Amino acid sequence: MAKGARTALLAGLSVIAASWAPGAFAQSLAISCGAVGMELRLCQEGAAAWSAQSGIPVDVVSTPNSTSERLALYQQLLASGSGDIDVFQIDVIWPGILGTHFLDLSDAFSADEIGAHFDAIVANNTIDGELKAIPWFTDAGVLYYRRDLLEAHGHDRPGSWEEMAAIAADIQAKERAAGNDRMQGFVFQGNAYEGLTCNALEWIDAWGGGQIIEPDGTTSVNNPRAVAAIAEAASWIGTISPRGVLSYQEEEARGVFQSGHAVFMRNWPYAWALGNAPESPISGKIGVMALPPGGEDGQATGVLGGWNLAVSRYSNQPEAAKDLVRFLASFEEQKRRAIVGAYNPTIAALYENQEVLEANPFFGDLYDTFTNAVARPSAVTGTRYNQVSTEFWNAVHRALSGQATAEAALADLERRLQRLARGWQ
Amino acid sequence: MAARANAGSALTRQRLKSAWLFLTPMLVVLALVAGWPLLRTISFSFTDAHLSNLDDSSFIGFENYVFLLQDPDWWRAVQNTIFFTVVSVSIETVLGLLIALALNAHFKGRGLLRAAVLIPWAIPTVVSAQMWRWMFNDVYGVINEIMLSTGLITEPWAWLADPQLSMAAVIAVDVWKTTPFMALLILAGLQMLPQDCYENAKIDGVHPVVVFFKVTLPLLKPAILVAVIFRTLDALRIFDLIYVMQGNKQDTMSMSIYARQQLVDFQDVGYGSAAATLLFMIIALFTVIYLYLGGIGREEKA
Repeated sequence: MAKGARTALLAGLSVIAASWAPGAFAQSLAISCGAVGMELRLCQEGAAAWSAQSGIPVDVVSTPNSTSERLALYQQLLASGSGDIDVFQIDVIWPGILGTHFLDLSDAFSADEIGAHFDAIVANNTIDGELKAIPWFTDAGVLYYRRDLLEAHGHDRPGSWEEMAAIAADIQAKERAAGNDRMQGFVFQGNAYEGLTCNALEWIDAWGGGQIIEPDGTTSVNNPRAVAAIAEAASWIGTISPRGVLSYQEEEARGVFQSGHAVFMRNWPYAWALGNAPESPISGKIGVMALPPGGEDGQATGVLGGWNLAVSRYSNQPEAAKDLVRFLASFEEQKRRAIVGAYNPTIAALYENQEVLEANPFFGDLYDTFTNAVARPSAVTGTRYNQVSTEFWNAVHRALSGQATAEAALADLERRLQRLARGWQ
Repeated sequence: MAARANAGSALTRQRLKSAWLFLTPMLVVLALVAGWPLLRTISFSFTDAHLSNLDDSSFIGFENYVFLLQDPDWWRAVQNTIFFTVVSVSIETVLGLLIALALNAHFKGRGLLRAAVLIPWAIPTVVSAQMWRWMFNDVYGVINEIMLSTGLITEPWAWLADPQLSMAAVIAVDVWKTTPFMALLILAGLQMLPQDCYENAKIDGVHPVVVFFKVTLPLLKPAILVAVIFRTLDALRIFDLIYVMQGNKQDTMSMSIYARQQLVDFQDVGYGSAAATLLFMIIALFTVIYLYLGGIGREEKA
């Protein structure tokens, strides 16, 4: 066997070992949660609250920050039929890939309970008529900006990506001249992983360049608008964005922005609560807006992200696990997560809740962005999605790092995707 | 030996029997933990098996291999691995030799220093790779900080992001980590060299540099060769260091990382197994070549 498989297996085993912690015998449940920002803390608090109610202890297993690595870990755990984790936190693009390993939840939840969530996400989680996961929080890429810096240098919020680049370049130059020599114009997720797929799809969508692969299965990514979008992004590297951005994920970008070293940042809504925390150097100086349009007649955009809760088919206590999911995805728990952590609820009514809106004023303004976010082509590509996404982020990464022009990278990508297309056509 | 055993006495036959008796447990364990997975991987490589359902797969002959040999990403991974192997093993051999020569000299605290040199090699790779990843960070990494403050560079370098720099960073960490291993093996060789050659050279008043090239190096050749074989085989299957520092990035993707990506990320067990099998065959080929070269070395010595 390849050494890779062994190492990965070890990683898997350590997770299993973690879920066997002392006192976690027999009756306990295990849930896997993300650990980006304050995710893990919120998950532990939520699980503890359910434990107090039900008397069943819950082990919270933390998982890698990179979505791509997290998926790999889940695939190995689930492929071996392991029942060590009962409840999985799964990405909005995974129901098609992992669906066969999860229980149908449509009977365990009433029509009202399911109907309270956004229809689009419920539809996304329904595979062959089975509801594979309950929506937990939704995400769309948003643009963070330093309100204080924009005001100080006499700029309004950018109306397009090109304007964003011009403002970023101006403020970066002036701030550096003033002695703030680490100031960067714009940071985003540029590492070669799923996050780059989200960022790059947003640029392409802003230019009106399609969704890489259209819902009917045709490969659309090699078009002049998409090329213009990627070429524009490539021009940021080394000018308004440091070259290091090509290795940044969410938390690295947040690290630069939150320490006060960037004018703009593309990230998910969770960065709002952390950036405005009392100990944050930029607390109270941040603004959030929808990602702007690009090119001649582009559109404001944001890629649909978000996470759902699924119950493993191999769980020993499926009923208790479903109850835990019901609790965590409930109105009250989603409200708490929205107020404390700025995690976007999947329950429409919460966007009219006064307490939620007070904590996150931008939820109201960006409601349309959250409900009309552009989806990655995971439904049409099914189990091949991961390969499509990998080819896409590799091509974009080549263009950003200057190894290929945007034209050449996307033309090459089109050939590769058409070879893969046998998988979904 | 075999001929004598066949014609041998009852005692020899008795010995042969107990030898097999003692060997059997090891052979069984080897067959179970190495042989069986290997055979299974090879058999998977001729099927279209998918990770979510391993039992439901059909035989597709050499199709996976045909695809693999046409995949530019695979060849890029091969190229990366060979480049990594040649450069890192060369640097490690030279540095290892220098360190071994230094450690072979008689001085106070030699034992302590010999142990201390091994520390980079003793730290688990995942830990040291993650540590180096932080040190190489372009914004808060200590390496850029040092290079900036000493004026070597004028603006921070993106060690982990720049295609040209990322392979250099990976090789640097591997050299840091594995040079001690190389030094140890060569040191063992140095200590077995016959001392009379050196005494003769001393009496004849030969310059130490000439002694090194005319006496030490030729006598040390077998030990260096063994060390290089070990390191090369290890470097060809490099996975953990690169995966922790760079993930699946194509600029630094090795053959093992390619195989893992196909097997796990893409759940394409058949295709991934074909890549793993090809990797196995490439390493086997190198082993055979080295064993052949090593054999020549030994005959010369005899």
